[in-house]
Amino acid sequence: MLIAAIQPKAEHVHWMFASGFLIIGLCLLAEAIVGQEVWNRRPWRRYLWPGLAFFMGVFMWPVMTFFTNSTIHMVAHGSWAQVMMLAGGAHLGLASGKLQSRYWRLTMPLALVVSGAAFLIHEQNGWFYARSSFVHHVCGWTLVVGALFPLSLTFRPRSWVLGAGYAVTFVALAVILYTARDVAPILGHLSPEAGAPHR
Amino acid sequence: MSTQIATEARPRARRSARSLAVRGLGPATVVAGFVWALAQPYRVTLLHPHGQGFWWLFVQPPLWVIAVGVLFHSLVVPSILEDLEESDGRC
Repeated sequence: MLIAAIQPKAEHVHWMFASGFLIIGLCLLAEAIVGQEVWNRRPWRRYLWPGLAFFMGVFMWPVMTFFTNSTIHMVAHGSWAQVMMLAGGAHLGLASGKLQSRYWRLTMPLALVVSGAAFLIHEQNGWFYARSSFVHHVCGWTLVVGALFPLSLTFRPRSWVLGAGYAVTFVALAVILYTARDVAPILGHLSPEAGAPHR
Repeated sequence: MSTQIATEARPRARRSARSLAVRGLGPATVVAGFVWALAQPYRVTLLHPHGQGFWWLFVQPPLWVIAVGVLFHSLVVPSILEDLEESDGRC
């Protein structure tokens, strides 16, 4: 009862994560513009977005615990938590120099593909069932397709186009998550089974 | 026209374009958040705070977008510009 009273709505959680992804997107965009040599010149900047990604992975565990209304939701949120921590941790290791192999960068495309698949699999309703269903489908495909950028960047780390695509994937993810609502129509469609819409 | 000046002109223009692009990231984010707040003022619960719970008052997406832009521009961008200028000075 107490937890239900202090617990944020699902849409608030989506918006908080959207803000985290927006920060990561801006950092990656700046890195793509100035190049890795300039971006990596200050240690705190090297740790900035991998640290945030790791922190968001940790923060996903309470989301898994308190926003689980089915087994498939729990598995989806749990897998996000794990792959976000893995990608953030691997990039922190690369930033500190403790990890040397460039193949550790493959943890990010892995995280994006797993997250995208989790979005698509755990959303049981069609695209136009409600706003949240639409958001989950778009997020899923954005992540699956967006994974091509960090995958390619692993082998062509100096490509400006791939770096920008990588950053825009996170910015797009933030924009999509900001549109999430618990119950709201999408392009005029709202299933009567979804419940009463609110603002 | 000196050939030396002509060959230096293109990299200098590219450097200033990079600097300009980095400088523009924060303000562009702030403008996006501001336009969003104007388009959907009901998303800014500070404008009608009566009867709102903690989370509705704390999480106000357009204001958070503006905050991200301001923080990025004031905390991250200055050091990038310093390092960019230093890097260009070495070229």
